[in-house]
Amino acid sequence: MTEWVIEAENLTRRFGDFTAVNAINLQVAAGEIFGFLGANGAGKTTAMRIFCGLLEPTSGRATVAGFDAMTQAEQIKRQIGYMSQKFSLYGKLTVKQNIRFFAGIYGLSGQQVKHKTTEIVERLGLATAADKLVDDLPLGWKQRISFAVATVHQPKVVFLDEPTGGVDPIVRRQFWDMIFEAASRGMTVFVTTHYMDEAEYCDRVSIMVDGSVAAIGKPADLCAEHGVANVDELFVALARKATRHGD
Amino acid sequence: MAAVVVEGLGKSYPRAETPALSDVSFQVEAGEIFGLIGPDGGGKTTLIRILTTLLLADHGTAAVQGHDVVRDFRAIRSLVGYMPGRFSLYQDLSVAENLAFFATVFGTTVEANYHLVADIYSQLEPFKTRLAGKLSGGMKQKLALCCALIHAPEVLFLDEPTTGVDPVSRKDFWGMLGRLRDGGITIVVSTPYMDEAARCDRIALVQKGKIIALDTLNGLLESHATETFAVKGKALFPILNDLRAYPGTRYCFAFGQEHHLVLEPDAGGPDAALAYLRGRGHEGASLRPTRPNIEDVFIDLIHEQTHD
Amino acid sequence: MATDRRALPHVSGVKMFRAFVLKEAKHVLRDRRSLFILLGLPVVMMLLFGFALSNEVKNSNFVVLDRAPDASTVGLADRIAESSYFTYSGRVDSEAEIASWFRRGDARLAVMFPPNFDHDLRHLGHAQIRLIADASDPNTASTVTNYATAIVAQYQTELGGSHVRPGAIAVETRMLYNPQLKSSYMFVPGVMTLILMLLGAMMTSVSIVREKERGTMEVLLVSPMNPLILILGKAVPYLVLCLIDVLIILALSYGLLDLPTGANLPLLLAESLLFIVATLSLGLVISNVVQQQQTAMFVSLVGLLMPSLVFSGFMFPIENMPLPLQVISHVVPTRWFYQIASNIMIKHLGFAAIVKPTLILAGMTLGLIAIAWRTFKQRLS
Repeated sequence: MTEWVIEAENLTRRFGDFTAVNAINLQVAAGEIFGFLGANGAGKTTAMRIFCGLLEPTSGRATVAGFDAMTQAEQIKRQIGYMSQKFSLYGKLTVKQNIRFFAGIYGLSGQQVKHKTTEIVERLGLATAADKLVDDLPLGWKQRISFAVATVHQPKVVFLDEPTGGVDPIVRRQFWDMIFEAASRGMTVFVTTHYMDEAEYCDRVSIMVDGSVAAIGKPADLCAEHGVANVDELFVALARKATRHGD
Repeated sequence: MAAVVVEGLGKSYPRAETPALSDVSFQVEAGEIFGLIGPDGGGKTTLIRILTTLLLADHGTAAVQGHDVVRDFRAIRSLVGYMPGRFSLYQDLSVAENLAFFATVFGTTVEANYHLVADIYSQLEPFKTRLAGKLSGGMKQKLALCCALIHAPEVLFLDEPTTGVDPVSRKDFWGMLGRLRDGGITIVVSTPYMDEAARCDRIALVQKGKIIALDTLNGLLESHATETFAVKGKALFPILNDLRAYPGTRYCFAFGQEHHLVLEPDAGGPDAALAYLRGRGHEGASLRPTRPNIEDVFIDLIHEQTHD
Repeated sequence: MATDRRALPHVSGVKMFRAFVLKEAKHVLRDRRSLFILLGLPVVMMLLFGFALSNEVKNSNFVVLDRAPDASTVGLADRIAESSYFTYSGRVDSEAEIASWFRRGDARLAVMFPPNFDHDLRHLGHAQIRLIADASDPNTASTVTNYATAIVAQYQTELGGSHVRPGAIAVETRMLYNPQLKSSYMFVPGVMTLILMLLGAMMTSVSIVREKERGTMEVLLVSPMNPLILILGKAVPYLVLCLIDVLIILALSYGLLDLPTGANLPLLLAESLLFIVATLSLGLVISNVVQQQQTAMFVSLVGLLMPSLVFSGFMFPIENMPLPLQVISHVVPTRWFYQIASNIMIKHLGFAAIVKPTLILAGMTLGLIAIAWRTFKQRLS
């Protein structure tokens, strides 16, 4: 029996008479890189919020890291990491100060905070920049620090919300190097992206359309199933059938 | 007459270490889609703001439809359409109210130029009483585009109009831009998405305030002389690591279902690389020459710089 | 090619202005929270000041040190005790005891009668009493002694007759327009001044800065619309709202708080209009130099409201301030409008009495309009 790090069973979320997420089912195993795709308005953001413990389900069940999204949201927050494109490191604080601050927020003890700060600085090769203000660093470095900070407390699963928007092709790939590296150490990565080539890097992907999961599985398998060459074409084929446009 | 002429443009922001723009020169021909492609922080927004007369450059000159951006800024402001990076619509006004307002502010009426936006607005019509703040990202973009077009501009400036929008909506949007171009409007558009370069007539690759390449897409690809190989195999991540450890590799990056590999000139060629891979246990690995795409070109151009 | 795509009916500036004002009106009406502040705040402040807040000091405890009680001392002490401003708390036998009552906070005032008070009063024609107040809170202390003094004066008048000459204790000027020492509507000019300053400046500046934050300002700039239309289009709705606020305040003052009628209302409205234009211009100046809504609010509150409160003369008499601050108060527009409003509403004076402050205020208003126009940026910074 595989241990699911994220599990959704008939998960539903309604806002008034609008059903944003419609009875979705999905499971993510430990150590997987899971690509969560979908058009705007398809219910992706809502579902992610539920998984992060930020929103309660209307019906159905969602479990993250063993905790129930309805009743144990606070415990979920302690077990996960989160990073988005707009993830704010404090620009006017130094690298070290940022790490220390977020490590503290995630509940690491004084000793652990010190230890982690040194470890991250070493691992990312930031020895020369450790005391520089984050604002003065190149975007690629900021990204790497953001990721390190989001995972400083060794969470079981890290949620990445379009983390590679707007950066150059090399930085984008370097970020995925970090994701691969983290996943190989057992961390589960739940990532949304609008770059379809990145979807190919995932172990499995799901595509949400109109609040439901229209496809879920390994990229290669799904492409074969639908007779398309890559995830980009798969996405187009499925999303074009969507009826939700204005939401 | 070229629609946009830029000569030696430079701009620095106070307290910044490097200039936002340095010695930028190019021309945009009338009736073409000109793409400014490059990552954030490269200077695209600064450039567009200078061309729309919102910012003053430190050095250099620029002209839109023959009008100087500094001296004749009022003339330019009457004949361009502009869509800034954020959704610049009134969230608490409805779709129809937004359009009517911007039409009036631009000195015209919705009826007068409806034919220009009908194509796009027809998708919004069912929602015309809905507040703009309640639309999805893709819909907001379409409305913003309508508002920028309603006064029949001669040149349209779009600053990252597809950021954060899903791939399907992006394709739709570029389809609309193509039809506008066919109708005679010159379009200058910036985007960080490399694949959108294929939808432009000519592109300028912008990085760190400079234009590092300028040509049609095909021109860029053809003049890109670096030999590139596509590597496929079962365990893609380990293959990537192994290739990076291989001494003959200049660089290797993931590209979806395959990796793109560029070898050092004296490395022994693709056969040696393949043999190395097989030797590392990747029995089913394949290696063949591939036609580079725009990202390959960009990576090749910036790879030389001190990269993080 | 280009000509047949050009718009055919060219829209006039007036039409643009109208469209702009309509848009602003929609923003205001659709934003429930702001609307509540704009229309509700005056009402709330009026009710608070009218019924809940007061700088009257009631029920102050007082003690009496009377070495030789007689008819007059007892009579006077009783009179003080009867008033709603004082509560009799006890007798003391020494000044040291007074000090300990004050230290414990059990009394604010001590009334000391000398021996032979009654005798002196009737046969010498004058007598002294000493009022000792706990001035650790100087405002309250002076208020309290004023009340006591007034009561003493009244007592004197009542004793009347040829034995007693009216004393030389001055009566508070305040009572001239407010004989029952009622203060519940005295604050109305002050509240009106503050509300117009706050709402006029803050709401206008926040509204304009919101356009900057949202990015719509950029689009409006890159258009043929004259920026003047933008400025006027923002100002006019808030001007109307501020005038409505003036009417609300007047309605509450006369209807609920019994402000005596007789003021020259058209004059008041005209002067209010002048002041509103001044505050709107201030709001424009703020919006020209500030990039975020929060900053606009902060600057309006701290930069405008505080000095307005302090220097208008509403809460703290200007004459009591040190000279440098008195000089500063001359350049604060609220000082002049407060004077104008008080003169019209409370003293029922006409234009002749307020020519000087009106001219000064008008000059300031023109100056602020000029600054707002000059600092308006046609480009992003």
